[in-house]
Amino acid sequence: MTFVPFESGLILAAVLFLLGLIGVLVRRNIIFMLLSTEIMLNASGLAFVTASARWMQPEGQIMFIFILAMAAAEVSVGLALIMQIYHQFKTLDTDTLSNMKG
Amino acid sequence: MLNLLWLIPALPFLGFLLLAVFGGRMNKTGIAFLGVGSVGISALLTTLIGIDFISSPPAGHSFNQPLWVWMNIAGFKPGIAFYLDSLSLIFTFAISFVGFLIHLYSAEFMIDDEGYSRFFAYMNLFVAFMITLVLADNFLLLYLGWEGVGLCSYLLIGFWYKEPENVYAANKAFIVTRIGDTSMAIGLFLLVLHFNTLDIQNILQSISTQWVRGSSIAVLTAFLLLGGALGKSAQLPLQTWLPDAMAGPSPVSALIHAATMVTAGVYLIARTHTLFELAPIVQNAVAIIGALTLLIAGFCALTQTDIKRVLAYSTISQIGYMFLALGIGAWALGIFHFMIHAFFKALLFLAAGTVINALRHEHNMFKMGGLRKELPVVYWTFLIASASLAAFPLITAGFYSKDEIIWYSWASNIGSPWLWLISLIGAFITSVYTFRMVFATFFGEQKTPVSHKPGKRIKIPLIVLAALSVLGGFVELPETMGGFAPFTHFLHHTLPAVALRSEGSGTELLFQIITAALTLAGIYLAYQFYFKNVKFTERFKQTGLSKYLYSGCGFDWLYDRAFVYPAIFFARINKNDFIDNMYTFITCLSTALNEMLVKTQTGRIRWYATVITMGAVITLTIVLVS
Repeated sequence: MTFVPFESGLILAAVLFLLGLIGVLVRRNIIFMLLSTEIMLNASGLAFVTASARWMQPEGQIMFIFILAMAAAEVSVGLALIMQIYHQFKTLDTDTLSNMKG
Repeated sequence: MLNLLWLIPALPFLGFLLLAVFGGRMNKTGIAFLGVGSVGISALLTTLIGIDFISSPPAGHSFNQPLWVWMNIAGFKPGIAFYLDSLSLIFTFAISFVGFLIHLYSAEFMIDDEGYSRFFAYMNLFVAFMITLVLADNFLLLYLGWEGVGLCSYLLIGFWYKEPENVYAANKAFIVTRIGDTSMAIGLFLLVLHFNTLDIQNILQSISTQWVRGSSIAVLTAFLLLGGALGKSAQLPLQTWLPDAMAGPSPVSALIHAATMVTAGVYLIARTHTLFELAPIVQNAVAIIGALTLLIAGFCALTQTDIKRVLAYSTISQIGYMFLALGIGAWALGIFHFMIHAFFKALLFLAAGTVINALRHEHNMFKMGGLRKELPVVYWTFLIASASLAAFPLITAGFYSKDEIIWYSWASNIGSPWLWLISLIGAFITSVYTFRMVFATFFGEQKTPVSHKPGKRIKIPLIVLAALSVLGGFVELPETMGGFAPFTHFLHHTLPAVALRSEGSGTELLFQIITAALTLAGIYLAYQFYFKNVKFTERFKQTGLSKYLYSGCGFDWLYDRAFVYPAIFFARINKNDFIDNMYTFITCLSTALNEMLVKTQTGRIRWYATVITMGAVITLTIVLVS
């Protein structure tokens, strides 16, 4: 059984995280922003799993389960909010949804 | 019977409480029943107690009813206690009885007002405080009543508070009388300092035994108390609030600003007459202030066009007569004039209110005219009251009260020809302005149509007061008419009799004839100038003198420049002092910060995400580097 090297696992997690972050920052469609957030969450989950494999400890995997559960909750709430936003404003463009401007 | 004394002020107070709490939920019949009834029972009780008091007088012709100790601080123990003697009995009688009639009148007069229950609550509270004032056994309770009536006066002048002028008038009345009240409070502090009590009878006894006649402490205390009396009774130089106080409803003017509250100063001086006798300078000042006030206010009344303002100046003038009477030592006559004045002046205000209401709130009496046929009851009662005010000889009560004051201002041992002359001129002017008012309002051609006729509850008080304005005088006849004087005789249990000057006082009859002739001449003059020959008066109206008198002899102008404008000026330049700047700086800083931070609130979620990322990166960098 060959182990994936610890470093490449982390690098993959970092790349995924960055991709997600960039997605959040540049996409204007709110659904894609939510997707990007999911990618970021999974990237951090991957980092946990990698770390747990490196030190042979179970905590990282437990954390990943937590993250999964949280992501599921977040998606359900987030999608419901998005439905409402679309219902109210007939758009999903976050730049036009700036009614909270101070 | 005398033990029920406490009920006289307590009943109106109870009426106030009930009206204040439940007034909003009661219908108008209930409100009127409660508001008028409480004062009515008080008046009835006063009559019964008065009969009891006169028929079987208690020991020392006074009755003391202590209820409980108010506070007890190091031997200083003022109580809630009432004291009834001939002086306070007459005041209580006039207040509750005239008060009852005015309440009855108001029940109809105010019927269309949305503040019906508020009005009766205030009026009941006023009666309660006023009776507390005159029945108080100690100066502290008296002061409570004194300030209480001031409060009610303020509330009722500003009763129609939606008009800014009314609120202004209420503030003016409150602030100007406050000047006098402060002076009175200092006077009371002096008394506490010397005697460690505020019990009126104790103090008066201590004063007469311990203080020397004319000593500086007696003069100072008397002077300070006089200040309070001047403010409350609208005498020179604190008279400016009363004409403006006419902004209130007419029953308020009748009750507070004619019959009762404004005579509180007269009561105070009469009550502390021992003190004033020990300070002859101050007593002289009382006479001189009274004389000047009656003259100046009389002249001012000559040029007013608002019927209520004429009556206001006439009230100031008549209280001037009372002060004159007190100042020359004719204590009982001052009180007699108070009582008669309460009758006829309340009647004049009530009748004027009816006229104003009938003409859709027309106050200018030169726009009235010819109401003789339209409002016969009002006309006749108004005429009777006017005759009484002008001291029409022999038949009116005003004649008996005023004529004797004029006579004693000559004949008293501290009177003088000057005081006599001024009071005589005052009587002449009084009859001129009074009948000017009568001719303008009720004679000539009708200029404004009558829209509203008074009903029964308005007519009854008018008729009763008219009867009193005539019959009230016969309890006190001058020496020349038999000297039947049960009124002064009754008061002499409390107040000393007039000391006549020993020689050369002349005959009273001659003086009476002069006074009566001048009164009639004044009526004739008013008839000539304001009824037959109006052209002359039209020309007089254009003169500077007339305008000067119309403005109340320029006292408002003077006070504005002497006190009001400097105060505003100082307030304005003090606005930017150091401490203020400190606080202004803090507000400016927070506003600036706020504006800066508001800019970051773009409302764009991507911007927030970017900032969060940047923050996280910076924090991580710092953690990693350090």
